[in-house]
Amino acid sequence: MKVIVAVKRVVDYNVKIRVKADKTGVELSNVKMSMNPFDEIGVEEAVRLKEAGVASEVVAVSIGPAQAQETIRTALAMGADRGILIKTDEEVQPLAVAKLLKAVVEAEAPQIVILGKQAIDDDSNQTGQMLAALLGWAQGTFASKVALGDGKATVTREVDGGLQTVELKLPAVVTTDLRLNEPRYASLPNIMKAKKKPIDEKTPADLGVDIAPRLKTLKVEEPPKRQAGRKVASVEELVQALKNEAGVI
Amino acid sequence: MTLEFGVGPFYREEHRAFQASMRRFVEREIMPHVEAWDEAGEFPRDLYRRAAEVGLLGLGFPEEHGGVPGDLFHAIVAAQELARAGAGGLSASLQSHTIGCPPIARLGSADLKARVLGPVLRGEKISALAITEPGGGSDVASLRTTARREGDHYVVNGAKTFITSGMRADFYTVAVRTGGEGMGGVSLLLIERDRPGFTRTLLKKMGWWASDTASLHFDDCHVPVANLIGEENAGFRAIMLNFNGERIGMAASCNGMARAAYEEALAWARERRTFGRALVQHQVIRHKLVDMAMRIGATQAYLEQTAWRVMQGENPIADICMLKNQATQTMAFVASEAVQILGGSGFMRGPKSERIYREVKVNAIGGGAEEIMKELASRHLGW
Repeated sequence: MKVIVAVKRVVDYNVKIRVKADKTGVELSNVKMSMNPFDEIGVEEAVRLKEAGVASEVVAVSIGPAQAQETIRTALAMGADRGILIKTDEEVQPLAVAKLLKAVVEAEAPQIVILGKQAIDDDSNQTGQMLAALLGWAQGTFASKVALGDGKATVTREVDGGLQTVELKLPAVVTTDLRLNEPRYASLPNIMKAKKKPIDEKTPADLGVDIAPRLKTLKVEEPPKRQAGRKVASVEELVQALKNEAGVI
Repeated sequence: MTLEFGVGPFYREEHRAFQASMRRFVEREIMPHVEAWDEAGEFPRDLYRRAAEVGLLGLGFPEEHGGVPGDLFHAIVAAQELARAGAGGLSASLQSHTIGCPPIARLGSADLKARVLGPVLRGEKISALAITEPGGGSDVASLRTTARREGDHYVVNGAKTFITSGMRADFYTVAVRTGGEGMGGVSLLLIERDRPGFTRTLLKKMGWWASDTASLHFDDCHVPVANLIGEENAGFRAIMLNFNGERIGMAASCNGMARAAYEEALAWARERRTFGRALVQHQVIRHKLVDMAMRIGATQAYLEQTAWRVMQGENPIADICMLKNQATQTMAFVASEAVQILGGSGFMRGPKSERIYREVKVNAIGGGAEEIMKELASRHLGW
């Protein structure tokens, strides 16, 4: 069984994000970039499926600039077999990503596609769902447990107030939540081996997909600064403040 | 942040990938426990196995014995990521094989390599290097531990001290006198921990608490001739060669420690308020921080430049000596200023800076004391 995992190059989760002076986006120059943490969980799950003998091949796909190749290399060092880079310097929104992935899926014919539930840069949480809809496949989103059986997948989902277990007919799309697994770190021997694994390069035009943005960003602003707390003299004053100023009681 | 390590023309994609793995390894496996381990004076043996898995132990050793190909910049990345935990004793013990094993990898017989390198690089056994003696440290050519040949054995008598991983090691690479006076009578001998006549005593130290530093005693300890590493009486050169790699590694680590202290002091200075302002808004404090950052930046540049020359096949001994001093002096300056900025908290056990401050001297003395480094440098500069 072939597994495809989608991996996105995003600003590293340790970096303190700064908004650009012209408010068109966040500062990306000279900023450390890494694989989206939810995608790492996806790669880990795919590699575990391979180690368990369930998956026969793991293909890592990334969409982005030339540097996204490093993100694919990370997936290869974690244990993926080969990579596909869809190279573009344009902004790619979730719908365009889903369309590009659909084209890859049609060419590769995997039984399961694993994606992060969202990327930590734009937090859209749309791509997996859109991909499943475009393909007409079943979807199990926010997975905290995935078990593959004969032609089907049992996915435990993290939903408000508890866990929901769904059974999907394969092929299917799965998006990962934080508790699905703890991704491994690539060992140096595997980093070295990953250098020899193949990465195929394509462009959106090769796949016949129009990636023109459908959404327009008007402006990006810093969240409001948190105000310092204040001391109150009495319980009465506290209740007044909670009632009249904060409006919470 | 101007001080990001691991960037610049010397680092390729595979260095950055290894750096990302090392960072996670240190954050996940070491940082949460490091304080408790240092206080306990020991860390779990299992950490060696985990370090082997990430590729740290095998780094730079031959592949046929379980090593991983890597260059000096991988070693710098490894040392500096480990240093982020700010516990040099842990780094030193965890990596004591980087001084214990290179003579075996370079000069050892096939049998020795197979017996020692595999288990050590898999993290199953611990390797230590034993050169320094109670009667004299830096003067290697005058060492007095003897190995007298008797048939197919050497009979070893004498003592070693300040030996990193000295209590727990399984394999000791020991400098012994097999010949006459001076550097021409020194050999390296592999001695296993369970040889009769070999005992160990734990030493208490100013810093590096997580490291099991010990004195070793040899009393008519019989060691097979097959345990000789390289040629008899040719050990001095092997010891000196070993020092080059050790000193570059120490320089990288010391600058990493300096950076850990600097970052802690900076974070503290941003948060702590005195006289109505954050500490960092007081000129005297932010000027201290600039002086710290400046020295760390200069040391990093010298480190990378020197490592690059070694990779090109040069043997710039004078620069390696000066680099080591530059790094230990940077660490001394930065650790002291960091504790000063932390104030009373810096005097309490807990912050990295307090621990790093106690580790300044071991670096300024071990692996070649600052005075010896200056002497060696001036000699190699032809003065």
